[in-house]
Amino acid sequence: MNMEQERIIRAEHISFRYQDEQSQLVLDDVSIDIVPGQFVAVLGHNGSGKSTLAKHMNAVLLPSGGTVWVHGMDTRNEEHLYDIRQSVGMVFQNPDNQIVATIVEEDVAFALENVGVPPAEIRRRVDEALQDVGMYDYREHSPHQLSGGQKQRVAIAGIIAMRPDCIVLDEPTAMLDPKGRTEVLKTIRKLNREHNITVVLITHYMDEAAQADRVVVMENGKIILEGGARDVFSHVEELKAVGLDVPQATELVYELKRAGWALPDRILTEEECIEALAEAFGL
Amino acid sequence: MLKDITIGQYFPGNSVIHRMDPRMKIVLSIAYIVMLFMAKGFSGLAVGVVFLAICYGVSHIPVSLILKSLKPVVPIILFTAVLNMFFVEGDPLFQWAFITITKQGLSTAALMSVRIVCLIAGTSLLTYTTSPIVLTDGIERLLSPLKKLHLPVHELAMMMTIALRFIPTLIEETDKIMSAQKARGADLESGGLVQRAKALVPILIPLFISAFRRADDLALAMECRCYRGGEGRTRMKQLKLTSRDIVGAIIVALTIVAIILLNIFFPLAIA
Repeated sequence: MNMEQERIIRAEHISFRYQDEQSQLVLDDVSIDIVPGQFVAVLGHNGSGKSTLAKHMNAVLLPSGGTVWVHGMDTRNEEHLYDIRQSVGMVFQNPDNQIVATIVEEDVAFALENVGVPPAEIRRRVDEALQDVGMYDYREHSPHQLSGGQKQRVAIAGIIAMRPDCIVLDEPTAMLDPKGRTEVLKTIRKLNREHNITVVLITHYMDEAAQADRVVVMENGKIILEGGARDVFSHVEELKAVGLDVPQATELVYELKRAGWALPDRILTEEECIEALAEAFGL
Repeated sequence: MLKDITIGQYFPGNSVIHRMDPRMKIVLSIAYIVMLFMAKGFSGLAVGVVFLAICYGVSHIPVSLILKSLKPVVPIILFTAVLNMFFVEGDPLFQWAFITITKQGLSTAALMSVRIVCLIAGTSLLTYTTSPIVLTDGIERLLSPLKKLHLPVHELAMMMTIALRFIPTLIEETDKIMSAQKARGADLESGGLVQRAKALVPILIPLFISAFRRADDLALAMECRCYRGGEGRTRMKQLKLTSRDIVGAIIVALTIVAIILLNIFFPLAIA
């Protein structure tokens, strides 16, 4: 196996600016590798460049400087455009604006029809994809009868039916209610764990990022922090300085420590927090 | 309230006619129209009426629906009937000043009226028993030979599908914008026609802007799913002619033969 196959996506020193805006670089010398099977969260607030970075991962945008490789294919090379888009699928924020067909199963079939898969194979993959996201019972519904979370799951099914190696989700839960968010996140994690699909989740929710294997924090078009969720969220002050929060449990422990309590570092989940507090209070 | 609007006039069901291949249904609807115009006399037309009545019976479409679809064409029916009544020459039945009503005029008027009613009711049956999406699919496949003449058949069908897909979404959005404008004190319900039309502007402008935004998003999402037009595309659902489509075609063909025979042997009424 050569080096290229070990990384699904490799971005090297990419920069990007929109043509009409001469001044600001949206991405400024960003390098990132996406390794198969990983669940990567890209965190940052509005305008940090996280969505722009995501759009570079399947050749929706091409870098102004630097290079992005998907499976060793340069995204600038138009010959590989559809190969790249089949191996890196993309789910967007607004579920309403990415569903094409008037029937759920027809929509899931859309990508497969586009790449010319034979009908019987389409049928099989569509049913499988719908089962994977738990929407099989709704296959004959029309999208407007579904809730936001359900629509987003249909959109995800439409991508995984292509059998991509990686899915990039650009704030998929930003427009959903809490129930929808939980549904979608559960689906994403299931796909990552059980089907070994690499996930790049763009988000500004800390609790979503906390579930990832690796967290990348962006600010002003640059990656400012990168590492395991625990490591990244232990940098409470740096995160606060750029206007980001940390998960509630981490924040509580951080504040208590500042007030003089002796508590361990790197607390991420509520359970860990409860345990640490119980120990500190001698319960 | 706006959410209740139904698209098209599809009346869901599971009858033989509902389950027929949309392509066959379209072709047979056209054949039916031809049949209506082939019938020269009342006997032939009666066959057409009976045939349609049986079709409606089989597909379980309520009669009230037929009346509803006929309502908008009543003026046209009256207009043709009156024109035919007064302007067809023949044996006068009634004469007053310059107005003459002839026997032939009266029967032509009746014939034309029945024909138009059947025409509307017959084509409505197609839309009652076929969902818009299946209908679009059928049209696309029927017209696909025209692709050779560089007619953008696939593109047209895709546009239809997307339009159908976004109607409920945009209706919902209109509802939201209306509420938002009402909350800001917009008055949408009072005033004359001009004033009401003016009141629509603050609803339409945001609606248009949002529709364009949606279009942009959708185009991107379609590109990400490898959409590149109709070339090399396959379809998950294949349309297949089944025995019920063949039987349907045979029945229609026999009805047409019956009408031709009636035309020859029982040319009732007008010559």
